[in-house]
Amino acid sequence: MTIHQMPADNTKPAYNYAYLDEQTKRMIRRALLKAVAVPGYQVPFGSREMPLARGWGTGGIQITAAIIGPADTLKVIDQGADDTTNAVSIRRFFERTADARTCEATDDATIIQTRHRIPEAPLKPGQVIVYQVPTPEPLRRLEPREAETRKMHAWAEYGLMQVKLYEDIARYGEITKTYDYPVMVNGRYVMAPSPIPKFDNPKMHMSPALQLFGAGREKRIYALPPYTSVRSLDFEDHPFRIQSWTQPCGLCGAGDSYLDEVVIDDQGGRMFVCSDSHYCETRRAEGHRGTMLGDAAASGLVEETTP
Amino acid sequence: MYVAVKGGEAAILATHDLVAEARRGDPAVPEILVAQIREQQALACARVMNEGSLYDQDLAALALKQSQGDVIEAAFLMRAYRTTLPRFGSSEPLDTAAMAIRRRVSATYKDLPGGQVLGPTYDYTHRLFDFALMDEGSEAAPRKAPAPLDATMPRVPDILGAEGLMEAEEPPEGDPRPFDLTRDPVSFPADRDVRLQSMARGDEGFLLGLGYSVQRGFGGTHPFVGEVRVGEVAVEFVPEELGFAVDLGDITLTECQMVNQFQGSKEVPPQFTRGYGLVFGHSERKAMSMSLVDRALKARDFGEATNYPAQQDEFVLYHADNVEAAGFVEHLKLPHYVDFQGELELIRRIRKEREERLAQEQNAMPEAAE
Repeated sequence: MTIHQMPADNTKPAYNYAYLDEQTKRMIRRALLKAVAVPGYQVPFGSREMPLARGWGTGGIQITAAIIGPADTLKVIDQGADDTTNAVSIRRFFERTADARTCEATDDATIIQTRHRIPEAPLKPGQVIVYQVPTPEPLRRLEPREAETRKMHAWAEYGLMQVKLYEDIARYGEITKTYDYPVMVNGRYVMAPSPIPKFDNPKMHMSPALQLFGAGREKRIYALPPYTSVRSLDFEDHPFRIQSWTQPCGLCGAGDSYLDEVVIDDQGGRMFVCSDSHYCETRRAEGHRGTMLGDAAASGLVEETTP
Repeated sequence: MYVAVKGGEAAILATHDLVAEARRGDPAVPEILVAQIREQQALACARVMNEGSLYDQDLAALALKQSQGDVIEAAFLMRAYRTTLPRFGSSEPLDTAAMAIRRRVSATYKDLPGGQVLGPTYDYTHRLFDFALMDEGSEAAPRKAPAPLDATMPRVPDILGAEGLMEAEEPPEGDPRPFDLTRDPVSFPADRDVRLQSMARGDEGFLLGLGYSVQRGFGGTHPFVGEVRVGEVAVEFVPEELGFAVDLGDITLTECQMVNQFQGSKEVPPQFTRGYGLVFGHSERKAMSMSLVDRALKARDFGEATNYPAQQDEFVLYHADNVEAAGFVEHLKLPHYVDFQGELELIRRIRKEREERLAQEQNAMPEAAE
């Protein structure tokens, strides 16, 4: 039973701290504990209907709501950026319901809720990263029935996945999975890392941060405790490799970050910029300049900071 | 030229103002009242109550007003509100045999105790526009019947059941409290309480399509409408501290029971089997679709093949939920730059490597010819 709606003296009915009632938070925390105890295993949980749409981060939101407290600082990113529309919307949700202190600096955050990226700056011990997950089942596209995929995990029966990866190589010369690239967790469970680019997969391996995954629509939670082995599936003669670009970030000149492509005219003009907006800003503040920063600053589209 | 836009927050707030403006429409036209929607768009309200899993006509009407008549958006509003409500217990089982009947028709018997009661239905209307409705003040008062309806109207499957011809429906052992799929994750194979609950809140259009598919041969049911009944049923609740049932009020329900053929086995003499549908408000199409799919989903219980979508619980239950489905379909609008960039990088590289390989092969060709 939720007690938060019992109106106190002359107050209007209000939502509980961080929206979810305390019983629900406890249910989610129990699922989280189980998930942490069995890394990579998908724990079914009583996912609640949320005031945001399914597929828009309800799993991540429920986890964040279950773990956030007044002492936390929350960073929300989508596609690596703090200012994409849905990241803004989710950050507003927690500012409104949990009076949350929010930030954009990866370093300052105690909880980072993310969709599709892991920040470029290395995560630290004590930080928690919460992933929004659309399809928690890495085998789903190979076997649509949940009753079957649960058995496949129970028996560690992952031959189907290896065959799929092999077929990619046979057809295209390489594995064509570019995001949500399957990983083997702790030598036991094959896990969907959520649709982060495979560029980010190595960051999960032995990360000092706690990594939590929430799939609201599919009602699953899973986790990677700190310092867990996370290996991207591959073959000895076709080792795993990540994306690379022929040019650095146009704004900050970074050569080691994941880049977004921006179409700048209808003549085939392209500009590549960091997808991690905070990383890019930090580098510019430190005085790094990309070749197109002048143009972008002149047209008022980014602020040029002087070091 | 560069679209890494700061100011997403201001833009989002502006969308809220714009949607409010669009909702209001031309301010010269009077604003619609929630009570008008509740009274004059009752079938839409019923659909919102069903798919929102909450019986509250006023909130359903408000949801329709707020969502500009978008039924799925309205159901979403209902559910997001419902999820925060305290649950203080389960009602007593409803007794639909004691329903105050508004409409009751059977396709299996020409006449039966209580008779056929046509009630308010579009079934026999000609779908011609009534242009008089363009103007206000066109209302007709129905004539009163000379005699009231029979006080009791037995349900058709009960009539068949008395003869042993109908599959009996017993509560599971110990009569446990039904599963609540809004509180606990569903696992498969799903029990009947889960299936019925899921369908009751499922999308009417989806269930209609599935029910239709069963009729057309994608699943082999040959049903008769044993009965469709619409009317008011009392909801009773036993507070622990009182120990006896208290009447909480009436709700309008539509119940459909389909009679399906079933071959008996060595152990069981042949019996008809049942497809069941029960929904809020006057929602016959939904109740009928639900009872078709309910019977199709019993295929496994009867040892029938489950080759078709309507017979597969995982397929039906996962995909009938229109609020979840709409969320996931529409999430494709969200930015996917990062993933798409991964695909672009890959496809460009594969094409480049292919071109290089072809060029090499072509350079090698003349030598081979010599």
